[in-house]
Amino acid sequence: MSDRIREKLNILADAAKYDVSCSSSGGTRKNTNKGLGDSHSSGICHTYTEDGRCVSLLKILLTNHCIYDCLFCVSRKSNDIKRAAFTVDEVVELTMNFYRRNYIEGLFLSSGIFKNADFTMERLLLVVKKLRLEQNYNGYIHLKTIPGASDELIKEAGLYADRMSINLEMPTEAGLKLLAPEKSHKDVIKPLEFVQQQITQFTADKKLIKHVPKFVPAGQSTQMVIGATPESDKDIMYTANAFYKNFALKRVYYSGYVPISNDTRMPILGTQPPLLRENRLYQTDWLMRFYGFKVQEILNDANPNLDVDIDPKLSWAIRNMQHFPVDINTADYKMILRIPGIGVMSAQKIVQARKFGKLRIDQLKKIGVAYNRAKHFITCLDSPYQLKDYQGTQIKAFILAESQSKYLKTDSNQMILF
Amino acid sequence: MTYIFDGSLQGLLTAVFEWFERKPGKAVLKSTEIFQPEAFVESFTVATDAEKADRVWAGLQKKLKKDSLRKFYCSYLSEIPEAYHHLFQFCIYIFQNQAGSESNYGNEHVIAISKYAKSVEREKHRMEAFIRFQKTGDGIFYAGIDPDFNVLPLISNHFKNRYADQQWVIYDLKRKYGLHYNLNTVEEITISFSHGINKQNPAPVLMDESEALYATLWKDYFKSANIVARKNTKLHLQHVPKRYWKYLTEKAPV
Ligand code: SF4
Repeated sequence: MSDRIREKLNILADAAKYDVSCSSSGGTRKNTNKGLGDSHSSGICHTYTEDGRCVSLLKILLTNHCIYDCLFCVSRKSNDIKRAAFTVDEVVELTMNFYRRNYIEGLFLSSGIFKNADFTMERLLLVVKKLRLEQNYNGYIHLKTIPGASDELIKEAGLYADRMSINLEMPTEAGLKLLAPEKSHKDVIKPLEFVQQQITQFTADKKLIKHVPKFVPAGQSTQMVIGATPESDKDIMYTANAFYKNFALKRVYYSGYVPISNDTRMPILGTQPPLLRENRLYQTDWLMRFYGFKVQEILNDANPNLDVDIDPKLSWAIRNMQHFPVDINTADYKMILRIPGIGVMSAQKIVQARKFGKLRIDQLKKIGVAYNRAKHFITCLDSPYQLKDYQGTQIKAFILAESQSKYLKTDSNQMILF
Repeated sequence: MTYIFDGSLQGLLTAVFEWFERKPGKAVLKSTEIFQPEAFVESFTVATDAEKADRVWAGLQKKLKKDSLRKFYCSYLSEIPEAYHHLFQFCIYIFQNQAGSESNYGNEHVIAISKYAKSVEREKHRMEAFIRFQKTGDGIFYAGIDPDFNVLPLISNHFKNRYADQQWVIYDLKRKYGLHYNLNTVEEITISFSHGINKQNPAPVLMDESEALYATLWKDYFKSANIVARKNTKLHLQHVPKRYWKYLTEKAPV
């Protein structure tokens, strides 16, 4: 018995790991029935894999049997691998027992498509209903929306899940068609749109009627695979931007392609996954969501790809030196956020602290500003008088020279790319 | 001038009260534990007084916003000697200045407290993440920990709200006290361990029969979730510093 369940878990966790989303944030479920679990609004990473990724949820497939043959996926029909399927009870038991031991924040359940979309979605629904209704489980549930499943099933699932997601897979329709001719972005857009409408509807109802159940309270997310097909960073981020806008997505994930196939349409086995590029895309995503940047400022026809040697915020600053130096003691919060070396927390502290008196360099350092980087872009009370106006390119050289050694040490994976 | 207090929160607050009573000018606050008499430096021993402490606390509650009070409390729980002094000076600064001064991050005590609080909150968050319960033979979920700071008071509610339908014990092995949730309330407890017992990982015979299976499954899961092609030990260690490994079921030898 224990051997069989171990084997299943190994197969079905292994097949699920390429979905990078592991966030457990945004949940608002409280433990009101004296049952098990609640959700922590900011999420908790309970451990990290040896590749440095957060483990927050028990991320598994219900089964890796699949009737489709998407080239980029390990579970594709034509791939010669071991197949397995959990029973509903097995998933429930695993989730409950892992949760009770504080291993996880919850369950992320996905599945290969067996028989058809509705049949698969029904099985997923059985699991979440059993957890919520029979086991009094209030922990986090992230459920995959199966493309092509009926509206009724999706709507019912949304009453029990905290987050739902459905992956775009490739950043453009052309890329997707190349590797998965049976699929289309339309299959993704339809359910995303449907769930989004339901969320809006439920939120509106809640304002009028008190006891409206929660519907996907942590919102929706999606994932794009990076580097399997030849899109530019601009293509990727413009798609991300459109999906954030049109479907109010909570997150877009970028997953550097890990070669799993010998097909000549994709990078060959053994190719290093594009980890630095992935990192730069996340930084751009961050700048769009938390730093007030428009995607067009960072990526455009003149700059269709992100710099590899410096981060996108620094890169923007260097291309736009006309905005600098910024006076820390008078500038708008919005402009302070755009200074390289100053993060959201430091920016907030600066605007609070300067009400009490003009700030000096030593205070900025204590507040948490990366001064060696920021100094090229700011003035404060005791800034040294500068005779010369440096060009953006010179500043880039200074910063690179200064951070070079640090850079090379931080990430051995990044070095391989240069 | 050195003010000496007994290390308790009440003692610290009393010290603030006494300073305003006497106004001795610049004073350094030290706990009895680390105090060493110095020639030519006068000292004053604070007698902890609940009433005086309450008055100071009430004063702080009036002047500070909720999150600043929380930072104050967290800094105290850091148990760092210099933090006590900063808290002492912070109180004086707050009482001598207009409301809102708590956000003057240009002030050394304000920024110091914000930093201590950040470290303590991080340790609290790590405990919420890294605690691993083991189900004992009598059905209680047990975890032994030794956090850098005294975070039990901060994590109590989190675990109570989350694990409302199971009995649990979280024991601070360093500070020799723990929390026990009895399905209704959380009580502070001390445990007298039998001689020779491994307090972090009690012997398997003391455990529920399902414990070994789930620990194994979790270890399997941890291994399966890893993508070898993305191996990044540096990042891994940054997120899970080695000193926490002893808590982690997934890091235990098979
Ligand atoms: S449908 Fe999903 S599980 Fe099946 S091959 Fe395509 S991506 Fe993989």
